[in-house]
Amino acid sequence: MSKEVCIRVENVSKSFGKKQVIQDVTFEIYKGEIFGMLGPSGAGKTTIVKMMAGIDEASKGTIFVFDTKMPHLQMMKRIGFMAQSDALYNDLTALENLQFFAMIYGLKGSKQKKRIEEVAELVNLTNDLKKPVHAYSGGMKRRLSLAVALLHNPDLLILDEPTVGIDPVLRQAIWEELRRIQEKGTTIVVTTHVMDEAEKCQRLAMIRDGRLIAVGSPEDLKKETHSQTLEEAFLYFGGARA
Amino acid sequence: MRIQAIVIRIIRQFFRDKRTLGLMVFAPMFVLLLLNLVFNGEEYKATIGVDETVPSVMVEKLEKQNITVQTLTAKEANRQLEKQQLDAFIEMDGQTLNVKLEGSDPTVNKAVMASIQKAFQPLAPQAQSIQLKTTYLHGFEDMELFDYFGPVLIGFFIFFFVFLIAGVSFLRERTSGTLERLLATPLKRWEMVVGYIIGFGIFATLQASLISWFAIDILDMVMEGSFFYVLLITFLLAMTALTLGTLLSAFANNELQMLQFIPLVVVPQIFFSGLFNLDTMSEWLRSLSVVMPLKYGADALREIMIRGNGWNAIAKDVYVLLSFSFLFAILNVVALRKYRKL
Repeated sequence: MSKEVCIRVENVSKSFGKKQVIQDVTFEIYKGEIFGMLGPSGAGKTTIVKMMAGIDEASKGTIFVFDTKMPHLQMMKRIGFMAQSDALYNDLTALENLQFFAMIYGLKGSKQKKRIEEVAELVNLTNDLKKPVHAYSGGMKRRLSLAVALLHNPDLLILDEPTVGIDPVLRQAIWEELRRIQEKGTTIVVTTHVMDEAEKCQRLAMIRDGRLIAVGSPEDLKKETHSQTLEEAFLYFGGARA
Repeated sequence: MRIQAIVIRIIRQFFRDKRTLGLMVFAPMFVLLLLNLVFNGEEYKATIGVDETVPSVMVEKLEKQNITVQTLTAKEANRQLEKQQLDAFIEMDGQTLNVKLEGSDPTVNKAVMASIQKAFQPLAPQAQSIQLKTTYLHGFEDMELFDYFGPVLIGFFIFFFVFLIAGVSFLRERTSGTLERLLATPLKRWEMVVGYIIGFGIFATLQASLISWFAIDILDMVMEGSFFYVLLITFLLAMTALTLGTLLSAFANNELQMLQFIPLVVVPQIFFSGLFNLDTMSEWLRSLSVVMPLKYGADALREIMIRGNGWNAIAKDVYVLLSFSFLFAILNVVALRKYRKL
């Protein structure tokens, strides 16, 4: 299996003021995989994916996406980002939100219409497009955010806690969808603090207190620590450090 | 394209939030109407004293205008003027008609003088040779308060409401995470600022036109100059308020903190805008007015509306307001660096 690198995180540290939140993290994400970032809230997952998406910049070290140093404006066209909080315009309808972001990415006319229909179908919101977003449930908003991130057919999809507050049936559906997107060659980075979701990723990075404690496939990580579950493995790696 | 996206989105949001749109347009109109009522009020019923030298034609004319006319001596009249029982006293001194006004209320002054002018007309054949001489017990010759303050108030309300609404909506973009989301797209920072300026500019123009029309045609404010110039100045004021509001929203974490800028940024401008006489201020304090956008807007509006002046009188103010908007817009682009360096 040839492993082309999609994202390379090299000795990245990040501080906000005096507080260092990421400490010398290095790992690689390969093209076409679903890569999970597992860790409790406050571990620094969001900070790392924001730097990958080009919203934030590393204080030390570099992040390369498709061999280009981030942040890079042109690269952003190839990245789809779904933030942890639903960044939507509540007073507009779902359709208007999609139209807005589609235009930002330069999609117009019939192409825009077609693409919006596709992503709406994908996240199962076709019948609710005319509703204003403030009338949406939390789960619907998450799905709309995902649709927005998918609009421009990105080569790299970065999802920050995509399934929080979504019911299990729908969560299942979203994961199936992610796999379908992956099959088309898209690289997907997902952050999560739920162990069984991490299980669904091909490879994982375990993050704790701003440090990378382990990287590998869920099976390898479990095998290496002789654990039955990822939770035990996480405890092992976390405990070994402390 | 990307700018267009922002413009369209802002327009849609505005029509979704009709109350804010209403606030922007009708609140200033409402306040102007109230001020108009307070300052202009009902027609004042004046009491004018005359002595026997005043021709009876004139007295009759005055009485026809619903004015109480009393015949009394100059000495008695002075006493009553002091006590504010009399608004004015008229006497004829050869070819001069002496009018002495109590004078403390500009509204009354104007009403009394208008009546006397009217009553003066029957004396037309001799009118050329008769001179009208006005003296004041208190106060000074002036026009209606509202006429004088009006242009400043138009400028102020446009500035205030655009500042507030633009500031809060840009702030919401920050707090709701949509700003960050937008900065994860290829949208450039300047495109964002320009999009906001155009999107809000459309509503600011609408607002400025409606308020100016309301003040001039409905409230009958003095309007000597060109309506187009009024629109130009109000538009520029709105642009300055918009760019300043969005800029300052970078330094607020929530709506309440945005409101805190009102006493710090908006209220001081009122003091320097010409509602209060700048000449009585100490020199160093007066020099502060140089950095107050509202002062330039208010000055220009007075030039146009009260003095009927054209381009030459307002050119400087136009350039200064343009420079303010431009400067604030650039600073906006810089302030967005906080979110993304590119």
